Amino acid sequence: MMDLDPLWISLKTALLATAITFILGIAAARWMAGRDFRGKSLVDGIFILPLVLPPTVVGFILLYIFGRNAVLGALFFELGRPIVFSWSATVISAVVVAFPLMYQTARGAFEQIDANIEDAARTLGASEWTTFWHITIPLAWPGIAAGTILAFARSLGEFGATLMLAGNIPGKTQTIPIAIYFLVQAGKSEQAITWVLIILIISLASIVALNYWRKYQQRRLQPVAGEVYSDA
Amino acid sequence: MIKFKSVSRVWLAASLIIVLLAAGMAGCGQQADQEKEPAPKTAAEPVTLLVSVAASLTDAAADLEKLYQEEHSNVSFTFNPASSGKLQQQIEQGAPADVFISAAEDKMDALEEKDLIIKETRKDILKNSIVLIVAKDNTTVKGFNDLNNAKGKIALGEPESVPAGKYAQESLTSMNLWDQVQAKAVYAQDVRQVLAYVESGDAEAGIVYKTDAQISDKVKIAAQAEGSTHSSLVYPVAVVKASENQEAARDFVEFLSSDEAQAVFEKYGFTTIE
Repeated sequence: MMDLDPLWISLKTALLATAITFILGIAAARWMAGRDFRGKSLVDGIFILPLVLPPTVVGFILLYIFGRNAVLGALFFELGRPIVFSWSATVISAVVVAFPLMYQTARGAFEQIDANIEDAARTLGASEWTTFWHITIPLAWPGIAAGTILAFARSLGEFGATLMLAGNIPGKTQTIPIAIYFLVQAGKSEQAITWVLIILIISLASIVALNYWRKYQQRRLQPVAGEVYSDA
Repeated sequence: MIKFKSVSRVWLAASLIIVLLAAGMAGCGQQADQEKEPAPKTAAEPVTLLVSVAASLTDAAADLEKLYQEEHSNVSFTFNPASSGKLQQQIEQGAPADVFISAAEDKMDALEEKDLIIKETRKDILKNSIVLIVAKDNTTVKGFNDLNNAKGKIALGEPESVPAGKYAQESLTSMNLWDQVQAKAVYAQDVRQVLAYVESGDAEAGIVYKTDAQISDKVKIAAQAEGSTHSSLVYPVAVVKASENQEAARDFVEFLSSDEAQAVFEKYGFTTIE
């Protein structure tokens, strides 16, 4: 029976990374959607950067930040919990590459909301938080759900930066993509194909399931959003 | 009136056909040029040899290239260093390598069994040994047995595809240290990556070839494994059967056994085989 560790590691990593990206992405998107300031394009560029950089560059930069001799990395090393070659490194890599997807999609969703609706809520006495939670989020929900799907799929498929920061440790940091890479190198094509199929099925199933859920949510919220906000 | 949909479909089909034809003609054009190679050239024809070498030979390869070109200026090289397992897979999948130098016999055996190398060109040319390395300023790990007390990670080549990892596993197993080391191991895709892990400090110790430890000034050798603790560590070389430059490839393989080539290998710490 094949060792199933890569499956559990990949799932744990992808789920936690998606959760973290969900919060960070929405926060960043909300922050950027309303404002305009000097350097906004630059900040936006930095947020999107992991999407266009080669994974090896992302991995290099992460090593530069979290490596043993780096500012942050040295701190963790002193605490006895070095980041490099740890499971946390797989989550960090996944979050960094998934963030641009969540951020961009959520920001697009927020910017499409008619400001009048939010203002109406404010004039009726709702606090910023209430407005955000009860008006903005529900209106942006289809976009946010799309971003979550993308973030999960991207986290699951992350390879280059993960291999550089977390390394290949079976049972600890060996995610499915890393397992496949080494199995192919070792000539174990049967096992490699099995993992390829597993990840294909998981990725496809997640996207299809969340797509259905998104359509359902959209229909459910129609009375609030109105036809104007049906998904383009 | 012409329907828009059918017009655009016609255009799409036409462009696809044109693109395919262009690609096909470009391919045929190239072949035609090669077949119509004109009258004999006065100097030897330029040849490019793709030589897949085990990662541990990366530096020696550069020197060998310069040396060989002194006598054979028409030959240029593309060296392809990687773990021997990866190189074996590439050749099995049809990579256009002309020569393969492996750090382990089993990778070459696999190719021989599949009839992918020219058997009569196969020859063992080098020997090496494996050593335990640590960062230059490390004071905790002084020998293999200290690996029990190592707090950090121990870097090894991935045993299935990296010969250095396989020899390491064999040695550690004969020393009854494999279980303890396995719990702290991080597996690299080739022996140079193991070296890099130890150099950067991300791994506390690693097992590489003696020749790799020699080229780095950031690590020191803590111990050397006895040759009897692992399988025979020889580097076989052979010409790949599918090579399109067999003659040039054979010449180069012959050269590897020459005195000048052996001097290069010995400079890097390899043991040459007469």
